[in-house]
Amino acid sequence: MQLVINGQSQCFDNVNSVLQLLESLSLQDKRIAVECNGEIIPRSTFPSHLLTDGDQLEIIVAVGGG
Amino acid sequence: MIDMDDLLSIAGKSYHSRLLVGTGKYRDFAETRAAVEVSGAQIVTVAIRRTNIGQHPNEPNLLDVLPPEKFTLLPNTAGCYTAMDAVRTLRLARELLDGHSLVKLEVLGDQQTLFPDVVATLEAAKLLVKEDFQVMVYTSDDPIVARQLEDIGCVAIMPLASLIGSGMGILNPWNLQIIIENAHVPVLVDAGVGTASDATIAMELGCDGVLMNSAIAGARNPALMAQAMRKAVEAGREAYLAGRMPRKTYQASPSSPMEGMIGHT
Repeated sequence: MQLVINGQSQCFDNVNSVLQLLESLSLQDKRIAVECNGEIIPRSTFPSHLLTDGDQLEIIVAVGGG
Repeated sequence: MIDMDDLLSIAGKSYHSRLLVGTGKYRDFAETRAAVEVSGAQIVTVAIRRTNIGQHPNEPNLLDVLPPEKFTLLPNTAGCYTAMDAVRTLRLARELLDGHSLVKLEVLGDQQTLFPDVVATLEAAKLLVKEDFQVMVYTSDDPIVARQLEDIGCVAIMPLASLIGSGMGILNPWNLQIIIENAHVPVLVDAGVGTASDATIAMELGCDGVLMNSAIAGARNPALMAQAMRKAVEAGREAYLAGRMPRKTYQASPSSPMEGMIGHT
């Protein structure tokens, strides 16, 4: 399916849940937060939240800043 | 040594350090960690950004270097120019930090000066307080806006000393003093501190704390400047609590006795 991740459109095979998406990006063990179509996806629902073709996701981290 | 139990209280939590530091502009994580440690800061700001997809999956994360167990991480809304961007950023930040709701709100109005858009800031503050965030809010040194932000329910007011990253120090101590005198929540100077004396002056005016980033990260020797800033904030605070001598314009007052001077009748 086609997903827009952090503004970039990418094609994913065998990805159904948010957790599977994160695993395919090697992000499953990282300190991140996820927003899907403007809604925050709680960490506890990563395995159960199912993605649809065309979903827009933001995957964010903490970085240095003032 | 006089030991003072003079804790900084923000949103019901107490802190020993009145120096808060940012984590931006450092050469690398090692330098960031060293400076933060030496500064003695307990509250540390971070920015919220998109992760790099597909690059360096084993790269350390800032939170590995500054663990939330050891520091109070204060997510900011740097780069947000609308109230909704700021609110959205902080919702994500709260999720990232496991429900931690103490946040720094800033809504900027101009890319060159990074001056706060106080109207948008007020709007964002209202939304965030309604969603149970504990908002420490970056603002201009306008005393009316400061009061309005406090009335909305912000837990700390953070007026700028001068422009973000400018190192110009406190440009309007009079406004700052008005804000301090009228506030019922902590007032922390945020933005524009350039060197140790700036921080000391802020504390002598009665600020409850100082937040700085560029002053330390932009120094030639950041760790040494962090150490200086730690002392500067402590010195300023003690001078404030000690109650300074009054200023006497045009009237000298010798410190030595006038009686018993040699050669006088």
